[in-house]
Amino acid sequence: MTTQWIDAGAHSDVPQDDVIGVAVDGRQIALYSVDGDVFATDNICTHGHARLCEGFLEGHEIECPLHQGKFDVRTGQPTCAPATEALRSYPVKIEGGRVWLAVD
Amino acid sequence: MDSDRPSVAAAACADATIVIVGAGQAGGWAAQTLRKEGFAGRLVLIGDELHQPHERPPLSKAVLAGEAAPESTRLMKSDAFEALALDWRPGARVTRIDRAAKRLEMADGATLAYDKLILCTGGRARTLPIAGADAPGVHTLRTIDDALVLVPVLKPGNSVVVVGGGWIGLEVAATARKKGADVVVVEAQSRLCERTVPREISEHLLALHRSNGTRVMLGAGVTRFASDNQDRMVVTLADGSALTCDAIVIGVGLVPNDELARDAGLACDCGVIVDARCRTSDPDILAAGDVAVTPNPWAGRSVRLESWQNAQDQGIAAARSSLGLEVDYQPLPWFWSDQYGMNLQIYGIPMSSHRVVARGVPGSGSFVLFYLDGDVVKAALGPNAARDLRFARRLIEQRKPVDAQRLADAGVPMSKH
Repeated sequence: MTTQWIDAGAHSDVPQDDVIGVAVDGRQIALYSVDGDVFATDNICTHGHARLCEGFLEGHEIECPLHQGKFDVRTGQPTCAPATEALRSYPVKIEGGRVWLAVD
Repeated sequence: MDSDRPSVAAAACADATIVIVGAGQAGGWAAQTLRKEGFAGRLVLIGDELHQPHERPPLSKAVLAGEAAPESTRLMKSDAFEALALDWRPGARVTRIDRAAKRLEMADGATLAYDKLILCTGGRARTLPIAGADAPGVHTLRTIDDALVLVPVLKPGNSVVVVGGGWIGLEVAATARKKGADVVVVEAQSRLCERTVPREISEHLLALHRSNGTRVMLGAGVTRFASDNQDRMVVTLADGSALTCDAIVIGVGLVPNDELARDAGLACDCGVIVDARCRTSDPDILAAGDVAVTPNPWAGRSVRLESWQNAQDQGIAAARSSLGLEVDYQPLPWFWSDQYGMNLQIYGIPMSSHRVVARGVPGSGSFVLFYLDGDVVKAALGPNAARDLRFARRLIEQRKPVDAQRLADAGVPMSKH
């Protein structure tokens, strides 16, 4: 299967060292900017159905606003309880001032 | 062999037994943490309920409203729970701890040896020592089973009297209103949640409940419950007046289940006393969650924290400590409550000696109150301000002096402090 790149929005819309939520192809995605790099994961916490874009980004960790579970935004892996299940993370490329996500 | 750390060797080896008494949130987290940290020995989890380890906050909200199944509160999905390979004993009860023999005596007469014992026995709903308190139609809310009994009662045309204007009482009231029942909250103190929040927040809660159609009676004592002859209940108040209703819910606090520990001679003071490594006065017995009394630097004293956060994090800490891992459990207390779509959060312990700085307008839908010692934020709380409060948590933890005037200015983003 070939990788499909989907436009997730303008690079300039992702605030420095912060997180925003976007809808991409019917999916709820969180876009993170850390030290100039952009990362993308599913926006809904695997524990409590909260939106991670309303959470708290510190370094490469996003903390869920509901129960303060944490995930590594680069991999989606849980790093702090109560999160135990990984978020889906998406490969990202920046081209033409746009953020592109690889979706199978 | 590392002879300096015999407890690590004993606890981590594959023929050791760790027993967790109490299969609530703390016990559940202790169990999964032990396996995550590589404990390969026998792991026994004893619970007096029949349910798998679960979180209790939804029991006064989504589960009570009939909107979420009890299974949705489980800490672990079934396959993850199975994978822990526990000796899980639902519906079982320990009657005695024999510390000399390091053995538990069970209600069914069996005994169970342990190398390490973790007490996560939680608490039970306090009742009132008045006539009729044990009548059918008088409820408390602590367990899944308690919630399921109440679900069909909360409906239009029914009326509920909630005795106690604390967190459980107010959440039950909010859920009952949402389901269309008539609700009266009867509180003996002069304001709501007096024990845990400052006056501004009590007033906010009072206005919230009244605007949602709940009748709130403050400074009102209850002297007896009785059923009338038509399947309804009568609550008699201290002033002699009476309220008739379909159900009574008592929410007047929690009694810690520390009897096992007390009978075994462990140091207790309205709960089991532990240190920052979650150890009781017996080094082979640890305690965590609602039952544990723990020194807390943020409170400046030992406290028993009845919260979701503490159940989880102290359960994890106790499990790690039982394996000899480094543990220094000194959490900044964090608490929340959800009522009528309002989310109130509290970080730290507000004290009367603190200077109060408001951000936003108290009484409005969203504001934050900061509690300062000099120029250092010690506590913060407020309704519908989760994101600002998360930044406040960082301020509290960093113990960094702040500019109170800028803090009060809602035009200055919290991220800039």
